Amino acid sequence: MSVPSQLDRRVAVAALLENRKDTLVVSGLGSPTYDLHSVGDHDGNFYLWGAMGGAALIGFGLAQAQPGKRVMALTGDGEQLMGLGGIATIGVARPRNLDVVVIDNQHFGETGMQASHTGRGVDLTAIAAACGFAATGTVRTLAEVQRLASQIAEPADGPRLFVIKVLAENPPRSLPSRDAVFIKNRFRAHLGFAAA
Amino acid sequence: MHSPQPNLDTRTSDDWPEELYRILKAADVRQMSYVPDAGHSQLIRLFSADPDVTTNVLTTEEEGVAIAAGAWLGGQRSVLLMQSSGVGNCINMLSLSAIGRFPLLMLVTMRGEWAEFNPWQVPMSRATQPSLEAIGLKVMRAETAEDLVETVESAAALAYDSDQQIAVLIGQRLIGKKKW
Repeated sequence: MSVPSQLDRRVAVAALLENRKDTLVVSGLGSPTYDLHSVGDHDGNFYLWGAMGGAALIGFGLAQAQPGKRVMALTGDGEQLMGLGGIATIGVARPRNLDVVVIDNQHFGETGMQASHTGRGVDLTAIAAACGFAATGTVRTLAEVQRLASQIAEPADGPRLFVIKVLAENPPRSLPSRDAVFIKNRFRAHLGFAAA
Repeated sequence: MHSPQPNLDTRTSDDWPEELYRILKAADVRQMSYVPDAGHSQLIRLFSADPDVTTNVLTTEEEGVAIAAGAWLGGQRSVLLMQSSGVGNCINMLSLSAIGRFPLLMLVTMRGEWAEFNPWQVPMSRATQPSLEAIGLKVMRAETAEDLVETVESAAALAYDSDQQIAVLIGQRLIGKKKW
């Protein structure tokens, strides 16, 4: 690809979620989970510490169950690459309330910054477009992320996938609870569902 | 498992898919996802025709494990259909169901264990129950239509009311011999 993005991932995620309102967010394993937590813990967040490849699909199941709410899967390039087939599954189902946002540093940041496929020509937005997503796009600057946040707030005709190219670095970790039962029950309570 | 006079083409009852559909509807299942199997074809047709259930065809089975967790986060019950070869695809994603104590109901049609023509089905067939149990699922098995209906009813209650992760294995003997 061209010149590496200089965008700070935390700045990007903060701008993306600055006016999230009642958007429900599922974050993918690794840095996106820390990024999401770093901008403020929220009962409408579900943080993944595993289940690699599952973030967009958990968001998808959630979007189907809550068609009146906007759902965002906030994940990384490595996590989404492991769930490529899920892009086809989501594309076929065409949920109108799901956005997949890939924080793309073109590396596997959690395991030593090994280069991933997205820096070597694999374009997740082209894959999503080929799978029937209603909108796709790639952004590289803070101003573009701010415009993207406004676009995401508007209704969609189907699922959307956006790539935010960011600088490959690991900012200080911001760690949410690793207790999935707690996070699950808190999330469900936020939507008005009782724990078992 | 052992029958003195196996009759491969006999089915105890042909209407078990309709019974399973009735049970799952009574359990308020609102999402169904699947990778197709011939043994599940009737159940897939019934759900696909139901406007009150969202049906998703998957590219690989672990997608359905993630969808089921998301459905539950959003307040809906989900069921996942696959054949035994798909269980191997699910293992790491099942960490999500296990560690999050997400209700999970998987109905798995068995291949590779009873009058199987395709030897490639045998290794994963052998690994199905041990690998599910190793990742923390409760495995229930049925060999007759009557037993299957009762087992799925019990499994649905365990999954959705008691937050358990259950795989019901549907014996290949029950499904019948695939015609080649």
